[in-house]
Amino acid sequence: MTLPLVDLRQLLPELIVTGTAIVVLAWALFLPVPRQQPLRWLAAGGVGAALIATVMLGTQSTSAFAGMYARDALTQVLQATALVAALLALGLSGDYVSRTRFDGGEFYGLVLFAALGAMLMAASTDLLMLFVGFETLSIPLYVLAAFARSDQRSQEAGLKYFLLGAFSTAFFLYGIALLFGATGSTALGSLAARVGAPTTIFHAGIALLTVGLAFKAAVVPFHFWVPDVYEGAPLPVTAYMSVIAKIGAFAAMLRVFVGALALQAAQWAPLLAAASVLTMVLGNLAALRQTSIKRLLAYSSIAHAGYILTGVVAGTPAGASAVAFYLVAYTFMTLGAFGVVLMLQRQGHEADQIADLTGLAWRSPALGAAMTLFMVSLAGFPLTVGFLAKFYVFTAVLDRGQVGVAVIGLLTSVVSAYYYLRVAYTMFIGQPSADIEYVGGRWVTAALVVCAAGVLGGGLFPARLTAFVQQVAQVLR
Amino acid sequence: MTVPIGAYLALGALLFVLGIAGVLLRRSALIVFMSIELMLNAVNLTFVAFARQLGRLEGQVAVFFVLVVAAVEVVVGLAIIIAIFRTRATVDLDDVDLLRG
Repeated sequence: MTLPLVDLRQLLPELIVTGTAIVVLAWALFLPVPRQQPLRWLAAGGVGAALIATVMLGTQSTSAFAGMYARDALTQVLQATALVAALLALGLSGDYVSRTRFDGGEFYGLVLFAALGAMLMAASTDLLMLFVGFETLSIPLYVLAAFARSDQRSQEAGLKYFLLGAFSTAFFLYGIALLFGATGSTALGSLAARVGAPTTIFHAGIALLTVGLAFKAAVVPFHFWVPDVYEGAPLPVTAYMSVIAKIGAFAAMLRVFVGALALQAAQWAPLLAAASVLTMVLGNLAALRQTSIKRLLAYSSIAHAGYILTGVVAGTPAGASAVAFYLVAYTFMTLGAFGVVLMLQRQGHEADQIADLTGLAWRSPALGAAMTLFMVSLAGFPLTVGFLAKFYVFTAVLDRGQVGVAVIGLLTSVVSAYYYLRVAYTMFIGQPSADIEYVGGRWVTAALVVCAAGVLGGGLFPARLTAFVQQVAQVLR
Repeated sequence: MTVPIGAYLALGALLFVLGIAGVLLRRSALIVFMSIELMLNAVNLTFVAFARQLGRLEGQVAVFFVLVVAAVEVVVGLAIIIAIFRTRATVDLDDVDLLRG
């Protein structure tokens, strides 16, 4: 047996992220906790370098590790999205980590490892590789959710996320085992080859695999963990995991459904369409009656999972581009919204009630304007990136004749405007509570500016962003 | 006498369902976690049975991946459970209920 040749240059972005994460973790051992700020620069530098490497490597389709790993346009676009999310998350968490005395080295190391997992999921063309990426993404997030380890709420979030996450991993793996039995291989390509003569085992395998991915992406009916985990986890962790887990899960869905199972769309599309409709309806309705901004954004994240899923339901290259565009838009608006909440605190604790935002716009007009922008974009108003994201997924699904899905999507968007605008409205009325302090810092300000620029830039001048994400379509044609 | 592959697959499925039942019915975080491990091992059995039947190594290699990941999950999971036990002196899931909507 000859060993397959591996061109490690293809893996440069992953290697940079891995190397940086290990150096950050190891270096932190020699620094006392208050002096770990330089590691933030190191982590951000590593992510930046990986981002440049991803873009420089281009979209030429090549594979490595005996066809388990592919570097193509889908890999490039989604890895770039994951790295931007990681960079923004490092910015958002910077001051929070210092003021809560978190062990910075471990925190940044785990953020990088989770990004690595999402990057591997985007690049995997084999179910085993997908599994490794899935776990590399999930396990750091379990630890991050429980990161405030003496805080009972954070512990509880960590435990719930861990137990339910491991439970979903078992389903995901059983799916892989059944697909291996049905096709005799774990390569995604062999799924495509078996589409002509599917067996019961094949269908069961696909169903179980989907359960695992739907759990990660927070799609109804596998969403029940989301509100509790999002509420309990420390704010920067909530922000990061709401974005990075979606990038990984939807990258995998694109590879599996739009890529490998494209010819079987008639069978899976109705099921995913039903899940997507349920997700949009339930996520938006439950968000209406929340009083905690963390829980509100948790249900909003469920609702957006439904919108993104409509792009997968379309099953076309245009749908895949729309999914990629949505993920970029979602990254900017959600991280931005969480970033504003991060800057408020009450006696050293997170101020995470909607009522805590009262009067924010008068006390700090820039912050109020930014939050209004993110809310308007999340609701999908024109001139923001959130509008275009919804426009692209709905047109993609309309082109396939799935009118019902698009109509439900539009109606639920209208409903969502109510609770998003209620947050914005709260900021313009009443007197700010005296015990709410504003804790900014250079890092979080920089991240917020980038998020706001992304939301506005993507909404007003989308040409470059659209051209970038549309490369995804080449791969799935 | 050889045992037919169907028997292995059926045993795998049975163990997997037992694991699901354990996760859904038991209240101790440790037992729930053990049930999840049971599900992962049911998957391993399925992988090995298919690998044997198909004469392909990939299924056996997959088992090593599952084992390593399960070990990592044990490390993280037990750490979280210990952190909870330290502050509350219980690992009963019904007592871990601060987060409610």
